[in-house]
Amino acid sequence: MGAPTTSAAKRTSAAKPASATKRVRGPRESLFSRAGAMLVMAICTFYFLVPIWWLFVAATKDRSDFTSSAPLWFADFNLIENIAALANYRDGLFFQWMLNSVLYAGAGAAIATLFATMTGYALAKYAFRGRETIFNIILGGVLVPATALALPLFLVFSQVGATNTFWSVFLPSLVSPFGVYLARIYASSSVPDELVEAARIDGSGEVRTFFTVSTRLMMPAMVTIFLFQFVTIWNNFFLPLIMLRDEELFPVTLGLYIWNSQVSQIPEIRALVIIGALLSIIPLIIAFLGLQRFWRSGLGTGAIK
Amino acid sequence: MANRIARAGGALVLVSALALSACSSGASTDGGTDAAGACAPSDGPVTLNFTTWLPGMEDAVAIWNEKNPDIQVEVQTGPNGNGGTYKNFFNQIEAGNAPDLGQIEYDALPNFRVQDGVVNIADCAGVMDAQDQFIDWTWSQVTFGEEDAVYAVPQDTGPEALFYRADLFEQAGIAIPTTWDEYAEAAKAIRAEGGYITNFSQSDINAFAGLVWQADGQWFENDGEAWNVTLDSPESTKVAEYWQGLLDDDLVATLPPWTDEWNNGYNSGEVWSWVSAVWGANTITSGAPDTAGNWAVAPMPQWEAGGSAAGNWGGSSTAVLNGSEHPYEAAQFALWLNTDPEALSSMNKTANIYPATKTGGDLPAFSEGLDFYGGQNIYDVFAEAGSQVNPDFTWGPTMTQTYTDVADGFSAAISGSGTLMDALKSGQQKTIDAMKAAAIAVNE
Repeated sequence: MGAPTTSAAKRTSAAKPASATKRVRGPRESLFSRAGAMLVMAICTFYFLVPIWWLFVAATKDRSDFTSSAPLWFADFNLIENIAALANYRDGLFFQWMLNSVLYAGAGAAIATLFATMTGYALAKYAFRGRETIFNIILGGVLVPATALALPLFLVFSQVGATNTFWSVFLPSLVSPFGVYLARIYASSSVPDELVEAARIDGSGEVRTFFTVSTRLMMPAMVTIFLFQFVTIWNNFFLPLIMLRDEELFPVTLGLYIWNSQVSQIPEIRALVIIGALLSIIPLIIAFLGLQRFWRSGLGTGAIK
Repeated sequence: MANRIARAGGALVLVSALALSACSSGASTDGGTDAAGACAPSDGPVTLNFTTWLPGMEDAVAIWNEKNPDIQVEVQTGPNGNGGTYKNFFNQIEAGNAPDLGQIEYDALPNFRVQDGVVNIADCAGVMDAQDQFIDWTWSQVTFGEEDAVYAVPQDTGPEALFYRADLFEQAGIAIPTTWDEYAEAAKAIRAEGGYITNFSQSDINAFAGLVWQADGQWFENDGEAWNVTLDSPESTKVAEYWQGLLDDDLVATLPPWTDEWNNGYNSGEVWSWVSAVWGANTITSGAPDTAGNWAVAPMPQWEAGGSAAGNWGGSSTAVLNGSEHPYEAAQFALWLNTDPEALSSMNKTANIYPATKTGGDLPAFSEGLDFYGGQNIYDVFAEAGSQVNPDFTWGPTMTQTYTDVADGFSAAISGSGTLMDALKSGQQKTIDAMKAAAIAVNE
């Protein structure tokens, strides 16, 4: 029973480094509750990883092995051939979709992050009439599901003749009410008023202060907003479904959905849908692993303050 | 992937209420192009938009564009009709920016007709004259028996026949059933061998409708004033009782259709036959690759010995959507697309389309024996079946909802609560309710 003691000590010292001299001992956890917690975590991990594992295994199989071999283990390894088939089908349309998705989600999330940070910062750092009203309205926006807005957006874009264009999907993804909320909370707690005052006294304009001082301090929040928005746009399916008809403009989610709905016409497409689905989650994994550090430190900072 | 689709499905359900209300108000607005005398050629060059979910439609359209520099067609892609394209059509009609042409399945066409979503192209040159080129029942699908009315041009059909494992039937010494009674007998013999004669699909209600169609049943009738809903008609009940009997005796498999399990059922030889449409040939080829050469096709089992009735499962049409500024040109393209041998060959090649024209079965692609089916020329059977489909089958105006309701009941029946007949009865009531809610006149 040595291990729990040391790890408990480590935990306390990590959480409260300043009071290391006066060590507070956490309650000793029983073996039973620890095993229970581990079991729940193991089940959850299993639950989330098995579909991805299945997807990976299925993507490596050829058509015959796909139906006849065990679903969770490999047969002949055909991953490269399958990717080649995907690249050949309709002149590599799939990779056009991937590129579109990266553009919609990457550029969209970057601009949305900037907008949300600016708005949140302004709401946190400037006192003006109607500030709370604006904030409350934006907060209300968090509650409105994106799918409920898709149809009204379609009618609006129809009025100006802009459906079935890049902009019809790109523009609506530039707003992130949740991002504004997060940015305001974060700005008020992590950008000291004194620092902004000091910048003003040194002769820096408001815009310059924002970009040179405040954004540095708000970086963890910005990364979080970016990540959230990136995932939201990447997974956004309904808006493109309603807006787009030209397959050159599709994001990868819509493209794969449409292929999947053509399976009854051409059953062979099914293999392409599976390999495409596997490839389509890679950018999300990269985004998460690449930005996770910032994201974690961001949430952590917020928690301590 | 599945998760994403499920979420999308949820989203669709979420806004369907919105979409529905949008549609019903759409029907009362401008009413669109009046067919009478309005179908005149446009001045100057025209560009048409055509939304479809057939893979490779660009190839067929490229042939047309080459020959018709003044009427260019642009292809737009959507998911299959019930997967979102129909909703989009209604939204687009409401917003006034619908494509000129759209692909619409026969079972969805009444919904578009009721909501004024499609243009009557009967007055467009050549449309009425084309009637003789199409298989009779497909023509009544696009006219609804109205005089001087044509709401779409038939595209493809799904005449049904019996796919079966010739090798297994022969080894077990079981005769190929020609009637449904023999089919039930064969089912018992096959069960004794450890297999299942077929799989009963809990979610393909249009497949079940095809069986009712074969049995001379009707689910909907429109007397010009109002609709009759007869999901529980004697013929429909007879078919349901037949399959309920097979289910009760565990003589048919109940694998979820279109899944890996289901494919594997056929691939592994657990399931021996499938009453399906002509396009099913490709489904088996692709889903059960290990059984190549062992399949064959025979006419559908009959309710009476010596009968010759076939069911139909699937098929779609090309319609001119309300709001199109060029109904004449759109109608010309729709006619060409669905009658020109070159166009039909192209669609058959890219999307396995089986044409709705009487001579469609003569395409080169249909004149050869297939190795997968032991060299049999299976399309002869389907061409024969196409001519045996009852021309008077009518789909209702709320089919998507009917399918969902009946499928819920079928799933329950398969898991042991209730029967197929219960599912039809409750589907009947819910369909009537849905039609009333949509302000569609219905007799009770």
